[in-house]
Amino acid sequence: MDMSQYRGMFLEEAQEHLQKLNDALLALESSPENRAILDEIFRSAHTLKGMSATMGFNQVAELTHNMENVLHKLRNGELCSASGIVDLLFKCVDSLDSMINDIAGGGEGNLTVGDLLTELKNLHESEGHAGSIPVAVGPEAGSHPDTPIDGAAVGQKIITSIEFNEYEKNLIKQAIDQGYHCYHIVASIDPRCVMKSARAFMIFKNMEAIGEIIKSIPPVQEIEEEKFDTSFQLILISMEPEENVRKGLVSITEVMEPDITVISQVFTSSIPAEGTETQSAESQLLQQGREADKTGKQDSGAADISNREKTKNEPGYVPAKAKASQTVRVDTTKLDNLINLVGELVINKTRIEQIGRVNQVPDLAETLEQMDRITTDLQNVVMKVRMVPIDTVFSRFPRMVRDLAKELGKEIELIIEGKETELDRTVIDEVGDPLVHLLRNAVDHGIEEPEARIAAQKPEQGKVLLSARHEGNNVVIEVEDDGKGLDPEAIRQKAVEKGILDAESAAELSDTEAVRLVLKPGFSTAEKITDISGRGVGMDVVKNKIEALSGSINIESTPGRGTRFKIQLPLTLAIIQALLVLIEEETYAIPLSFIAETTSVMPEQVNKIQDQEVILLRGDVLPLIRLNEVLQVPPSDLPKDEEINIVVVKNGEKRVGLLVDTLIGQQEIVIKPLGKLLGNIPVVAGATILGNGQVSLIIDVAGLF
Amino acid sequence: METGVQVVACTVEGEEYAIEIKIVQEIIRVLEITRVPHASPFISGVINLRGMVIPVMDLRKRFGLPPREPEETARIVVINWNREMVGVLVDSVSEVIWLPAQTVETPPSGTGGANTEFFSGIGKLGSRLLIMLDLEKIFEINDSVSSGRGIV
Repeated sequence: MDMSQYRGMFLEEAQEHLQKLNDALLALESSPENRAILDEIFRSAHTLKGMSATMGFNQVAELTHNMENVLHKLRNGELCSASGIVDLLFKCVDSLDSMINDIAGGGEGNLTVGDLLTELKNLHESEGHAGSIPVAVGPEAGSHPDTPIDGAAVGQKIITSIEFNEYEKNLIKQAIDQGYHCYHIVASIDPRCVMKSARAFMIFKNMEAIGEIIKSIPPVQEIEEEKFDTSFQLILISMEPEENVRKGLVSITEVMEPDITVISQVFTSSIPAEGTETQSAESQLLQQGREADKTGKQDSGAADISNREKTKNEPGYVPAKAKASQTVRVDTTKLDNLINLVGELVINKTRIEQIGRVNQVPDLAETLEQMDRITTDLQNVVMKVRMVPIDTVFSRFPRMVRDLAKELGKEIELIIEGKETELDRTVIDEVGDPLVHLLRNAVDHGIEEPEARIAAQKPEQGKVLLSARHEGNNVVIEVEDDGKGLDPEAIRQKAVEKGILDAESAAELSDTEAVRLVLKPGFSTAEKITDISGRGVGMDVVKNKIEALSGSINIESTPGRGTRFKIQLPLTLAIIQALLVLIEEETYAIPLSFIAETTSVMPEQVNKIQDQEVILLRGDVLPLIRLNEVLQVPPSDLPKDEEINIVVVKNGEKRVGLLVDTLIGQQEIVIKPLGKLLGNIPVVAGATILGNGQVSLIIDVAGLF
Repeated sequence: METGVQVVACTVEGEEYAIEIKIVQEIIRVLEITRVPHASPFISGVINLRGMVIPVMDLRKRFGLPPREPEETARIVVINWNREMVGVLVDSVSEVIWLPAQTVETPPSGTGGANTEFFSGIGKLGSRLLIMLDLEKIFEINDSVSSGRGIV
């Protein structure tokens, strides 16, 4: 059978599971006793195993199988999730990741993982027989636990073959909380009986007399239609003791001795960490239930409830439920096409508006208003479709920070806020690398060694805060640490040493300006070059990347208290608000996100400082850039205003005034690339098509600084 | 079946040139061209081709001929180049012709003739000489022309 068509699906799902594994392992590390997390890990590993075996990626299957064995022991309490084991599991996840990547690249995922397998197998075999607990073998290995299912010794057992829905689970839980008994009854009718449905009816009648039947398998309807073999199952909630229930059943002729089980145990028990005999039996039963259900639905009812019970007591970790939300996966190129078409529509709408205005057609104006609303809505919807929660980028960071901190012998807590903040896909794809760099910096250079922190009377554990939020039409991402902060003096010295600027001008810089020097090319503050940062990629790369996304980066730092990097990004790169200006006869667009204000001055107000034209704007010196010179605009004989129009643009803390001839107005523009033949044109960020069909260039404001 | 190529015949400064038809997307009248600062001097600017912004190369400028305002007959031949559209401005487009393989000769190499590096062959059709253009070479401008850049 050709599986290649499922490859893409496999890869996507595999990556999701790997991410889940990573998250859950991290959570497990902080609360090693949490069964719910172990279950989650187990489920993901198990699903991966099944998927990869089906696809014929045997290496993946083998590794996950061995992971599963170890996980199984962890769940039984035969092993405790010491850090060593978690590390090993992390290594396994890494190997799985490489395998999946290999498969994504067209390979078969056959990587050498002999060492890992041996380690896993050792773990699995060595400590396995130590305890008094029956040997637990991975269910796939074929041997099922010997513990008798009816658990006579205990008198209570766990039902795993029935799936409860949310409502039923609640009902059972409430009943038990209120002191009711919950019985699982397997009622059997003599096979020789000719009117089974009549007997079934009596069973129902008798049971309803003493309690409430909340579920039957098969459903009542089918039982009434005699669509059952000789037995059916009931879930009964009643105040009566088990004895009375039994009596109520056997009193009916042709009804065999019923199999009644109290299912209170599984709902109410809290499982101690060191598994007793019952616990061990229970978890195996839970497991069986899950294994029995191979269709991919991982939550059998009882297991689910027990998970829920336990997670409740341990806040902070909620197992990621497979959401059955109604979504479709769409090829991103289709989305790009869609947004292009909407862009076209917007342009043409503006064009029709102009025609309407010129020809004075009142009816057209009305219709156009309607159309305007629809296109605006359409545009918003399309933009929303392209929005992706930033979690897709953030999710890989906890693991990264953990590994880095371990490597450096630091204790660091990464706090993530606002991971649901949505950004356009085009921005999401690009923002990951700069963030990796900032986080690495925070962990490596920001947070001090534990001893230094104690000496500075700070908690031993450093904190790194990664947050995202919307601010107007922008997204703000912050990377903040409570480390040693940036020392402006050290930075000034370093900058002078590196020849970035001379000592005099360095001394003139304010502390805030000095701190910004780290963004200059060729600057690195790290005293020692570590493996983590200082790989020759400086902060200037981060700055360039952010600016390429029409964003800006700011640094706030207090020596001894910490550093905060604030990144501001546009929500989308496809459609932006821009100010249209006229320079001689040419129209240019300036992205609104860069504009601080517009102003106008008389020509005599322009002064010169060292060949640089400046004006005084509310007491501050504002350098001027003559756009017609920068853009090599040929002079025209268009009449000009007596006053000089100035668009004040900002980039971080810096401000510059751009001289333009006329301000046309604000407009939403669709950004179009200029194409390969015109790649790397300075000062031009792209082009857009105006309402009249004319192409206008967008000024790359960041490039002017 | 006879082998050969189908070409679009166009003129620049009285000379006849041929562009292989399979890379020609369409031929359009000259639209308003937006100048792009700091671009290669061979690029006149960009045009709006039904919502797409595409660069236009002026063959006159590329061949080092004296510049002239496009006349009524001037056309932009839109080329599909590496999955991107590029316009080529010519003085006029005359027709689409079939050039049998045996009529196409390799261009005289190194004989000092200007711009021979851009020619991939010469087609002889009776008394007409059609110079086949090597657009790969013609569009190779990004590396050769990086001077003249820089902000004032």
